Amino acid sequence: MMLNRKNKGRTGRLGSMVAITAVAALALTACNSGSASSTDTSSPSAGGGDQKITFIPKQLNNPYTDVVLGGGKKGATEAGFASSQVVGPLEASASSQVSFINAETQAGTNVIAIAANDPDAVCTALGEARSAGAKIVAFDSDTNPDCRDIFISQVVAKDVALIQTKLISEQIGGSGEIAILSATANATNQNEWIKYMEEELASNPAYKDIKLVAKVYGDDNDTKSFQEAQGLMQAHPNLKGIISPTTVGIAATARYLSTSAYKGKVALTGLGLPNEMRPFVKDGTVKEFALWDPAQLGYVAAFAGKALKDGKITGAEGDTFTAGELGERKVEKGGLVIVGPPTVFNAENIDKYNF
Amino acid sequence: MSSALDHKNATTPAPDAGARGAVASLLRMRELPVLIALALLVLVTYLINPLFLTAQGVKDLLLNATIIMILAVGQTLLIITRNIDLSVGSMLGLVAFGTGSLFSAMPDVPIIAVFVIGMAFGALLGAVNGALVTLAKVPALVITLGTLYVYRGLNNAWAGGKQYFAGDRPEEFGALSVNTFLGFPVITLLAIVVVIAVAIYMSGTRPGRDLYAIGSDPDAATAFGIKVSKRVFLAFLANGALAGLAGVLYASRFNSVGATTGTGMELTVVAAAVVGGVAIFGGSGSVTGAALGAVLLTTITSSLTALRVDKFWQQAIVGVLILTAIIIDRVASLRTAKKLRISEARNV
Repeated sequence: MMLNRKNKGRTGRLGSMVAITAVAALALTACNSGSASSTDTSSPSAGGGDQKITFIPKQLNNPYTDVVLGGGKKGATEAGFASSQVVGPLEASASSQVSFINAETQAGTNVIAIAANDPDAVCTALGEARSAGAKIVAFDSDTNPDCRDIFISQVVAKDVALIQTKLISEQIGGSGEIAILSATANATNQNEWIKYMEEELASNPAYKDIKLVAKVYGDDNDTKSFQEAQGLMQAHPNLKGIISPTTVGIAATARYLSTSAYKGKVALTGLGLPNEMRPFVKDGTVKEFALWDPAQLGYVAAFAGKALKDGKITGAEGDTFTAGELGERKVEKGGLVIVGPPTVFNAENIDKYNF
Repeated sequence: MSSALDHKNATTPAPDAGARGAVASLLRMRELPVLIALALLVLVTYLINPLFLTAQGVKDLLLNATIIMILAVGQTLLIITRNIDLSVGSMLGLVAFGTGSLFSAMPDVPIIAVFVIGMAFGALLGAVNGALVTLAKVPALVITLGTLYVYRGLNNAWAGGKQYFAGDRPEEFGALSVNTFLGFPVITLLAIVVVIAVAIYMSGTRPGRDLYAIGSDPDAATAFGIKVSKRVFLAFLANGALAGLAGVLYASRFNSVGATTGTGMELTVVAAAVVGGVAIFGGSGSVTGAALGAVLLTTITSSLTALRVDKFWQQAIVGVLILTAIIIDRVASLRTAKKLRISEARNV
């Protein structure tokens, strides 16, 4: 590009500017058509009048977010919204969502479901939306509690820990040495889960024969996690199982086990993405692992929005609403709704998930 | 010219060869300290934890070294000419992700074609580095620091949040880094072939010797009629092709390739070359040494883990090794310089 410009001089520069403008225009058109096609106006049948819900994720084009929003659309249709759409920034910066919120306020959207990039940066804009009559549902990543009506959270940290200890115990037959292969040594999420796991292993009599012999850190790096998995095998010849509460770690360990002599002899479980873990579940390296289902998050958010807008709940502690096929959900202290529990994936159900 | 080579390149046998000369030249080999350190490391680890050398353990050690070994060979070509390529991690990442994309777009593409395409892609990236360094006459350190970020940025833009997993690639491709031949993993054998081929090229051919001459004294090399720019450009190109090969092998061995694949690898590669006795000021060292350095570095990580040493010590130990290698190098070159002064004084 640079060289071309130099050679062609002025006309070249003009040409490239035209090209850039054209590309930008195309990109904008693509964005518009993207939002347009995501608007779903085909289901007024549920009797919700002409209520509209808009999802504002942290950023567009994120594979994980796409799954959440897919669930959100499904929920919006089932809950009876006349239309649902997704708008949002391409980059997850603190203030990038504000203009989208303002646009929704002007459009008179009834429910705004938002995953905040910054808990405070969106507050003023959300305040205006609320005074114009909109209900605010935060999902995935909370705003300041004063700025929304309700917050839909994935799972309880303790549940995430307990499902993993339960799975490993089942897979190693309730006794033997286990190890944990985590992300970085100071990862907040993982350390919280590990703390609960250690407490559970120590206090639950069902786990009295399970001994946690090592905690190692693969830094969420494929190569490093790989070598840590090797090291665990050599350092602990009697190891029966590994828990890896991080998607990178479990996949790297699974790859190592499946290509080594330890395949089928050492159990592995933890938190993983179905798409990444599919081959290892199919080839028998991993029996079962867990993760929350991101689609359920969007699904529950849509139903919560509907219940708020219809005045069935206010977001106060103790309120309950029905979230379609997932059944009843209760609002806890601080306007918190837990989607949980984590989903367990195995050879039977893994093909139903695509994320 | 040739005397300049001799005193820098200590592997050249002494003129008064004999049994004693052979032993002496063996002792002066740059690779020897690395070899001894490696042997000691493996032995001590094995005595404390016999599991270290089970069939699976040996296979793991070799596999761990393979990719860094290939990258260290490429890097050595450049360091010998007083250049460096810091963008190898980013090049490897781009090629690894490219390999994933290729298999996803064309699942039936022949594996040999993937290797050819990967190496050609790497060579192209290396050629960009080479062209910038030789045309702009800016130190390679700066240029390749720039392309480190440029290539990583391209990888980010191309991959986004997308990752390709081992399951997306054909089983025979992944099997390359699982199957063994005479106890050696297939991809390790490939790396050994690369090391031997480049080692012969470097010590036995005119262009190979030219690279040493360029690194010893670029001005003298120019005066002697060596096409410095062309040789340096080709060295960058070759390094790119090797990084491409390493990228394809990475995709074969590891589970996921994505936007961050290979981040930070360049430092391990330069460290491997330096530990293997390749002088950072150019003109001296061998690809065999660099390959041994790569094996030593990756083996340290494995053995410290097998010995249950706190992994936070590992980096410190690697640092001490690098410093030791540099000090040995310095002492050796001072001694050779002194000897040469004495012998030349006698000849006069």
